[in-house]
Formats: sequence, structure tokens, C-alpha cells
Amino acid sequence: MGNFEFSEMRVPAKADYVGIVRLSISGIANRIGFTYDEIEDLKIAVSEAITNAVDHAYQEGDNGEVSVGFGVYDDRLEVMVADHGGSFDLNDVKGGIGPYHSSESVENLREGGFGLFLIDALMDRVEINNHDGVIVLMTKYLHENGVGLDDDQISATQ
Amino acid sequence: MDLTIDVTDADNQSTVWLSGEIDAYTAPQLKEALVPLTTSEGHQVIVDLEDVGYMDSTGLGIFISALKSAKEHNSSIRLKNLQDRVLRLFQITGLDDIFTIDTAIWGGNK
Repeated sequence: MGNFEFSEMRVPAKADYVGIVRLSISGIANRIGFTYDEIEDLKIAVSEAITNAVDHAYQEGDNGEVSVGFGVYDDRLEVMVADHGGSFDLNDVKGGIGPYHSSESVENLREGGFGLFLIDALMDRVEINNHDGVIVLMTKYLHENGVGLDDDQISATQ
Repeated sequence: MDLTIDVTDADNQSTVWLSGEIDAYTAPQLKEALVPLTTSEGHQVIVDLEDVGYMDSTGLGIFISALKSAKEHNSSIRLKNLQDRVLRLFQITGLDDIFTIDTAIWGGNK
């Protein structure tokens, strides 16, 4: 647990803003020491969550907003994406996710539905809450095998 | 955060050169450019993704649409020069099994 620093942004629920949130997550993840590949994972996962919220708002016909919260902890980054539309059938959404299996014919392939699967695959922990709108809370841990971050231990022995 | 789409045509073949990012914002223009190319019988569509540095599931959705359309119209689509990160997306989702992906230069030159 421990202390954390929290940032939040609210953007219109429009596809135009997905890239802007992606730049923000990239900046925050870079600052706290995630690797290049981890940052790319975070960019995709967060974009998927925002895209879901944007699609959701569009289907509801509202011009809502999406809230994105970034919680920076010592050992992890938590990202919360919330829309404020009506609820949708979560089981319906969950039933439609998963990788492609070669037994499925191309004709039956769904064009959407990989979004939540990718969030799950790219993040360490994902929770979805569906009471008043949809909240996706996803966590990625900092792994301490980066380069040079613990160098001060070495200089201390001299 | 834009996507540039250039198409060059030769006989029975179109090459689509993509540059930029494929996400929910740029995917509609990609769909509009790509899917109609797959609707003439026997046509071969090659998509060059060398300069695509970011793609998410909306991009996968567009390529799935194009692949379905190609099957339906007896045309073909192949993807080439994918950067590692973009190729990884196809691998994680298992879609590398059904797409013809030319991986000769993957890893790219960036």
C-alpha cells in the first residue's frame, strides 16, 4: 500500500482524445521507470479502455466525458478509466473476449472484442466495475531489473 | 497522431503504405481506404506497415474486416514489414495464424 501520487484527467468521450491520453500515460510511465516495452503495453491497454468508453458513449448517444486517473505507487502504476454512461451487460462483454482459435472460421471472426482481452494480457491486474457507468482499474507492477537504478548501493561500499 | 495512407496500383495488385498510428481515431479512414480494395476478384492487396509505430485492437478489427471481405470476393491480403510491437499484437491474439504476414524484415529498421 503506502503513499501514492494521483493525477487525473477528463477528456471528451471522442476517439480524437485517445491519442492524447496515450501521450500522458507514456509520460507518467516513463517518469517512474517502466521499460520501453512496458510503456508500449500500457499505451495499448489504456487506449483500449478509453476506446471502449468512447464506443459506449457513442452507442448511448451521449456526448459524455471519460475520466482517467493515474495512481503512482512505489512498486506499481494503477490506471483507472471511467465513463459515466449507463451500464451495459458485463457478462455479454466478457463472453466475447479471448484470443482467436484456429478452429474458428474467418467468417465468424469478430471485429471487436479483442480490446478487453488485450488489457488483460498486457496488464498485471484488471478489475472491472459496472455500477454507475463502467470503471476499468488496471495495474502494472514495476519490475526492478532495470538498468542502473540501484547503482548507489555499489558506490556506498567504497 | 495521424495516419497517412498511400496506395499504389499495378495490374492486379495494390500496395497500401501506412505511416503513423492506428487507433480508434484513425481506424475509420483506414477501413475506408483498405476494404474497397479487397472487393474485386483476384486482386492482391499488400499492406506495408513499416512506418506504423502504434496499433491497437481497432487496427486488428480493420484488418479482420479486410480479410473477411477478401475471402468473400476471392481476393487476397497480406501484411508486411510489421514492427515487433505490432507483430506481437497479432501473436498475442492468435491472429497471426490466419493472416498472411511477411515477417522477413520484422524487427525493422528503427
